[in-house]
Amino acid sequence: MTRRPEIGALAAAGVIFVFFLAVAPAFRSLESFFTVLYQSSTIGIVAVGVGMLMIGGEFDLSAGVLVTSAGLVNSMFCWYLGVDLWAGAALSLLFCLAVGFLNGWLVMRTGIPSFLITLGTFFILQGANLGVTKLVTGAVASPDVSAIDGFHSLGLIFSSSFEVGPVTVWGTVLWWILFVLISGWILQRTRGGNWIHAVGGAADSARAAGVPVVRTKIGLFLAVSFLAWFVGMHNLYRFNTLQAGGGVGNEFLYIIAAVVGGTLLTGGFGNATGIAIGAFLFGMTSLGIVYAGWDPNWFRAFLGVMLLAAVMVNLYLRRVFR
Amino acid sequence: MIRLSGVGLSYGPIRALHDIDLQVNAGEVTCVLGDNGAGKSTLIKIMSGLHPHTAGRFHIDDRETVLRSPRDALDLGIATVYQDLAVVPLMPVWRNFFLGSELTTGRFPLRRLRIREMRGTAETALNDMGIAVADIDQPIGTLSGGQRQSVAIARAVHFGARVLILDEPTAALGVHQSGVVLRYIAAARDRGLGVVLVTHNPHHAHLVGDHFVVLKLGATVLDARRGAVTLDQLTAQMSGGDELTELARELRRPA
Repeated sequence: MTRRPEIGALAAAGVIFVFFLAVAPAFRSLESFFTVLYQSSTIGIVAVGVGMLMIGGEFDLSAGVLVTSAGLVNSMFCWYLGVDLWAGAALSLLFCLAVGFLNGWLVMRTGIPSFLITLGTFFILQGANLGVTKLVTGAVASPDVSAIDGFHSLGLIFSSSFEVGPVTVWGTVLWWILFVLISGWILQRTRGGNWIHAVGGAADSARAAGVPVVRTKIGLFLAVSFLAWFVGMHNLYRFNTLQAGGGVGNEFLYIIAAVVGGTLLTGGFGNATGIAIGAFLFGMTSLGIVYAGWDPNWFRAFLGVMLLAAVMVNLYLRRVFR
Repeated sequence: MIRLSGVGLSYGPIRALHDIDLQVNAGEVTCVLGDNGAGKSTLIKIMSGLHPHTAGRFHIDDRETVLRSPRDALDLGIATVYQDLAVVPLMPVWRNFFLGSELTTGRFPLRRLRIREMRGTAETALNDMGIAVADIDQPIGTLSGGQRQSVAIARAVHFGARVLILDEPTAALGVHQSGVVLRYIAAARDRGLGVVLVTHNPHHAHLVGDHFVVLKLGATVLDARRGAVTLDQLTAQMSGGDELTELARELRRPA
């Protein structure tokens, strides 16, 4: 229990899975299982970064709207100037990394908690998403990009799917699995992973031991913004057009996935498997409620209960270690 | 190995420390004693490279030096174990042991930790110092305060420290735990390290010290080798000597 942060989430996932199998007949098929996986991946990919950042002792509340910003930058830049979507995707990546760097740099430079800094960037981005979209297009949705050059090739990377028998497998599920594996490898088997745990667990001790605290933390903010960009690309190339107000509230879903997966809110503890299970729990409950034929409005209440339970387990762990 | 002659440190017009003579020899424990505010931590800061001295001369291996950063000090083999900055509680013992000096293999995208080797090395190094840890994988926060201090000492020894500065290693510990830490201090001494034990506890100092320096208001008030000073004298110096006699008279019940 004390060394495996994901055990609690795994048990919860088992219980909820069996529960929906019992109450929702539509849940009992391979197709719906893969739909759940797809739903989980859209949250899970960014949660990989947010979870690692939390292990490193910081928060990022701007990640949810940054996903939308990523898509908007790409689509509006290319639509307005009439250039290939690849150029816009590259520009959007640079933009996201710049936001991530700014978040990290401000946190390290000022010593202000990342919760406040990224709350600031969250509101700036949310406002800019709407304001700039209105300026460029005159509406609050981005223009359809499906006719612009590069749409097909970028779609193959970010939003393709294929059929295996009756099952539709979305590419994002495979990307998600890949990112989880990379994150798990970094956290457990590399020097960087050692440093992430150290800067999150006791930044002063880490500094005294020669760990580059600033570099490690800024790197984590960059990882979050890269993954936000990735999901932003998926959203754009799957739906062709984006609502400028989208993504708000998702920052909490990423944090919930990480915390339910056993990541310690105060940093220094957690792992990739746990965070992935946390995202899977999100996908399962959000669709399970629909498959069971219940009012989907209850979904957030369900999520809140899971979060509280997870926080209590975390609290218990912290007492054990002190 | 280290020789301070007439060393001082001033913050602007304030003299935090002045005219300190101190010698650290290999295989000996030099104890620096003093009450709060006597200048003990300023002395540590000079020797560990956090603050360069502003007066006097600082020789390391007979070469005059000014330490500009903790890295300078570490490169010259001077390791400092701070009471509160020792470890990351949630990380396993072996990861703490190698933190900041991890062993890796392979090139960049695939560069990875040599986990098995690090665990083995940490276990051996701890055993060599006589530190028994039930499980090298357990979070270091589950160890007692004394054991954590000991791991930090073993770590400094393993990474080639020749001079070990210990900042109040027994201050937060009970009698038994203090004994554990003092034993490892002796073990480090026996391996030929020069140890600087900074403490306000004359009893602990007298148990392992070869040389005693008592500071008061930034200056040396006693400098004696073991044998030239008794525990009672040390305690009296520490607690203010004459001041205490005076205080005793004041506090006496009126007849």
